Amino acid sequence: MKELLILGAGTSGTMMSNSLRKALPQEKWNISIVDVEDTHYYQPGFLFLPFDIYTPKQLKRNIDAFIPKGVHLIQNKIDRIDKDQNTVILQDGVNIRYDILIIATGCHIAPEEIEGMQGPRWHKTIFDFYTFDGAKNLRDKLRDWEGGKLVVHISEMPIKCPVAPLEFAFLCDSYFSNKNMRDQVEITYVTPMSGAFTKPVATKELSYLLEQKNIKIVPDFNIEKVDTDNSKIIDYGGQEVAYDLLVTVPTNMGDEMTLRSGFGDELNYVPTNKFTLQSKVKENIFVIGDATDLPASKAGSVAHFQSDTLTENIQLYIAGKPLKESFDGHSNCFIETGNGKALLIDFNYDQEPVKGTFPIPGIGPLKLLKESRINHFGKLAFKWIYWNMLITGKPIPFVSSRMKLAGKEISNNDD
Amino acid sequence: MNEKTLAGYCIRCNDQGYLTDLEQWNKEVASEIAQEEGISMTDKHWEVIDYLQDQCRKEVAITIRKVGKSGVVNIKEFYQLFPKGPLKTASKIAGIPKPVSCI
Ligand SMILES: Cc1cc2nc3c(=O)[nH]c(=O)nc-3n(C[C@H](O)[C@H](O)[C@H](O)COP(=O)(O)OP(=O)(O)OC[C@H]3O[C@@H](n4cnc5c(N)ncnc54)[C@H](O)[C@@H]3O)c2cc1C
Repeated sequence: MKELLILGAGTSGTMMSNSLRKALPQEKWNISIVDVEDTHYYQPGFLFLPFDIYTPKQLKRNIDAFIPKGVHLIQNKIDRIDKDQNTVILQDGVNIRYDILIIATGCHIAPEEIEGMQGPRWHKTIFDFYTFDGAKNLRDKLRDWEGGKLVVHISEMPIKCPVAPLEFAFLCDSYFSNKNMRDQVEITYVTPMSGAFTKPVATKELSYLLEQKNIKIVPDFNIEKVDTDNSKIIDYGGQEVAYDLLVTVPTNMGDEMTLRSGFGDELNYVPTNKFTLQSKVKENIFVIGDATDLPASKAGSVAHFQSDTLTENIQLYIAGKPLKESFDGHSNCFIETGNGKALLIDFNYDQEPVKGTFPIPGIGPLKLLKESRINHFGKLAFKWIYWNMLITGKPIPFVSSRMKLAGKEISNNDD
Repeated sequence: MNEKTLAGYCIRCNDQGYLTDLEQWNKEVASEIAQEEGISMTDKHWEVIDYLQDQCRKEVAITIRKVGKSGVVNIKEFYQLFPKGPLKTASKIAGIPKPVSCI
């Protein structure tokens, strides 16, 4: 028997276990998947949990609920990969030999990377919303917070779901407005980028949002440390921003397993071919989702598009044929703008987000780069699609893994 | 797309002044961009520029962290060389694209 091993049973690993179990013959290929957790979290829901829009229960399922029959789930921590021996070593010392390996260990927040962030004020006045505990503790804090300076902050790029912090700021505006206390809250958005929006079309179309919602922006802020004694964040250039409540997205990093295995870049991401998803580490190792070092967004929808490429390429690899360079960096995400509205953006490695209709060219019903109510329902429907279609590997109607240009206002503006 | 004359060369750039073709870059052009940014170039500056261009050619996404771990400068020194948004300024002088997010 041949062995295919998947590391990580989150969004990407679970999707791959479903699609490969269908694609590979049972009598020839064993498929196993390893994860240390026993819960599968719907991470996009962490954005809504702090505002009591979703309950904790809606965001959790048993991790084995979506692993198909015929795939062996191993609950353990991965210590490292011995690529020369084609073996994965688990924390309890058990070795698993593989013929093909898929790394899908995602990324996580690393607040310890920033001086002062994870001290005694962590989850008291300094919160993240990128973890289940962070989002839940922040919900409890917001429920009876009396107002003051609220700072929404990104520590450094890249982060998963790069628009989530901005959405968080927008949702704060509606949340405090609905509580009739918006005038007691000063919202500031602090980013290491040159602005909340950095691409020309999006900047032109969307800059009004910050003004409309009275959100102050501090760009080009590269945090050096959190000064908890004086409640302010300080950047390398000496800029300071004071807060009463700091909601930060700490540095995101890949799992340290890659470090222990002797590969991985300075943020523990795995060097990966951006078109084929084969690792640059060894030919029988493939990578998907947040664990890659690709210049694509780290998002569940992106992992979904990648899974089509990867499923095909694994079969080509087994057949000894050349891999397809079919992943184009396609990303597609809803951006919640508050007050029951949302935007939708669609882009890839080469094409910046533009206006148009989605998913059916000229018809929609969703509108790209424009606020609407139907986009908001699209965002909420994503939870249903995620649990019922996406991670179990069912195709999503009308949405193709390569980006379509039809129905979009593409100009020849190439900067 | 815009065109701009820098140090006597006609250079293609975007509307924020970032070069759109690294092939058109040379040290004289870079020095003039640096001057516009209020920076006078030293050997250390050139070393950083060299590193950034190298990363760009390798298609590696450039981050402040990466520069800090490059062995060329640490982050504090990077700020001293290119005050106020060093990655933005240094990228402009290096003739490589401005670091961007997805929107
Ligand atoms: C607040 C927030 C909002 C988001 N919003 C959206 C959105 O609107 N749309 C969207 O498409 N995406 C969104 N995302 C991103 C999306 O959730 C991720 O991109 C996606 O889950 C990535 O899937 P993955 O399989 O690569 O990683 P994960 O789903 O994180 O899975 C990684 C798995 O690997 C396991 N693992 C890691 N290391 C080890 C080890 N050493 N041993 C054993 N197991 C290990 C982990 O336990 C985990 O189960 C959001 C994320 C956040 C945090």
